[in-house]
Amino acid sequence: MIFRKRVELFLRTVIGRAYPRLIGLQRERSWLIFDTLLPLLQMSAFVFVYRAMQAPPEYTGFVVLGGAMTAYWLNVLWSMATQLHWEKENGNLALFIMAPTSRMAILLGMALGGIVATSFRAAAVVLVGIFIFGAHFSAERIPELIGIFLLTLIALYGMGMLFSSLFLLYGREAWHMSLLLQEPIYLLSGFYFPVRSLGYWTAMGASIVPITLGLDAMRQLLFPRMMQQIKFLDVRIELLVLAVLGLVFLFLAQRSLSYMERLACQEGRLTVRGQ
Amino acid sequence: MSTNLAVSTQNLGRVYRAKKREAGSGKEIVALHGVDLEIHQGELFGLLGPNGAGKTTLIKILTTLLAPTSGEARVAGTDVAKNPWEVRRHINMVSGGESSGYGLLTVEENLWLFSQFYGLDWKTARERIREMLKIVGMEDRAKTKIYHLSTGMRQKMNFARGFITDPEIIFLDEPTLGLDVQTSRVLRDFVKNWVRVRKNKTLLLTTHYMQEADELCDRVAIIDRGKILACDTPSNLKRSLNQSSVFHLKVDSLPQPDSQFQGLKGIQSFAHHQHNGLLELSFIVETENALMPILASIERSKGNLISLEKRQPTLEDVFINLVGRGLSEEP
Repeated sequence: MIFRKRVELFLRTVIGRAYPRLIGLQRERSWLIFDTLLPLLQMSAFVFVYRAMQAPPEYTGFVVLGGAMTAYWLNVLWSMATQLHWEKENGNLALFIMAPTSRMAILLGMALGGIVATSFRAAAVVLVGIFIFGAHFSAERIPELIGIFLLTLIALYGMGMLFSSLFLLYGREAWHMSLLLQEPIYLLSGFYFPVRSLGYWTAMGASIVPITLGLDAMRQLLFPRMMQQIKFLDVRIELLVLAVLGLVFLFLAQRSLSYMERLACQEGRLTVRGQ
Repeated sequence: MSTNLAVSTQNLGRVYRAKKREAGSGKEIVALHGVDLEIHQGELFGLLGPNGAGKTTLIKILTTLLAPTSGEARVAGTDVAKNPWEVRRHINMVSGGESSGYGLLTVEENLWLFSQFYGLDWKTARERIREMLKIVGMEDRAKTKIYHLSTGMRQKMNFARGFITDPEIIFLDEPTLGLDVQTSRVLRDFVKNWVRVRKNKTLLLTTHYMQEADELCDRVAIIDRGKILACDTPSNLKRSLNQSSVFHLKVDSLPQPDSQFQGLKGIQSFAHHQHNGLLELSFIVETENALMPILASIERSKGNLISLEKRQPTLEDVFINLVGRGLSEEP
């Protein structure tokens, strides 16, 4: 196949697979309640704790940002990591494998659709945070903020793509794996508190999850004065690590997907449901 | 191998091994054994066999979803194990009972989505979707979300999905499973035309409905327990029984139908199954003289003969003659 055709097929696949996620926003409007009001409850708890401690007002924005980023983490866990397993269960995976297109394009489509759809959810959480709690953010370093945010998402969804193929190996247990990862990462990545307070080496270990460094860096840019004392690493270092993590996760996702496909073909598990 | 072969297999085999932590650890199940098959371009080829015969395993290998454990399979001239990417450009598949798709999307959106994985431009995709929905009688359902569709409707949608990409070779694995008679007939007519009108298109159909294979296929391979037992045109297969007589009997009951007719002279093959509360017996006998001892045996065991029919051999009779049981009986 000539290069131009390959690129065209890749892009069509990305758009095609992203489509159900985008249309879901419009057709399943229950997200407006579940994905904004429920995180709001968790955020509220931390906002009130910080207020009770008479922490600086920036902490409200600090918590709202963490609340918004939970939407991405949940999306990566439940709509990326376990996705190929669900695709197998409803018979789509066999059709993906049989199609003459790139598996990475399918994963990328899932990721892009997830990012766009989740961004609406995250934006709703931020707006609710501003409206109810009066959170405010410094808007001085917007280009850097956007850069960090995008790099965080690339690395995070790269990790989701890697999980997606790895979780295929676990079958139904993938659900438990996601459950196992959900809450501990809220703690380890510092969704609602400065990650540095966990200790340097714990925070360093937790940095394997891109959201850890992404959150810390974004908070440094949004609340520069407050974060002076509680930042984990320098923003430039965090930017570099996020870029490396993004490349590594995407590379590993591609390799593991090929490996899983080969293994599943050998063992005859691509089309066997209920495993 | 000849270049005009759409599909060919040589000594193809597939063995499933139970994993260590599963029951029957280390146990091997031979799903396919030494399968040699040649399907020519432009042919509508049928694979006829009971459930568990190995039909779906063979289709999975040919569609690159499963690796063979021995032998070789080529589709569109390419080895499926060595170069699955090249094979995938030429094929598509529809399985009976398939539940693929996204419930949130409409019928046409689902079809469009899967067409994108084959690189169809949007205009062509839209035209083919419209055309296929008309063929399967779902024009009025184009905007229906698929979680509102019945099983039969969903099956028709998946049938359309397979043809929208206009593949060179299509694999239909029990495509009419669970469909009503009218819809099955429409799909069969479409399939027949698709191969006749579009030259060099090849279709491999697996079925356990012998009438479907008989009506549609240029050639049929009969498969049982992973082995190809016979392969020829339906008429040639049936002709192999021309020297024999085929009798179909219905009785109310018999105490031991399996052993009752053993030892009677002139019986080539025999099969039985329950249907609508009656025991249906199929006999393939060398001469009509063999019928009298059969009727006498039924009378001795106090079975009431409801009907007796002598008929032309069908593919099912060919299967019974080869295997010693009917298509609907468990192996």
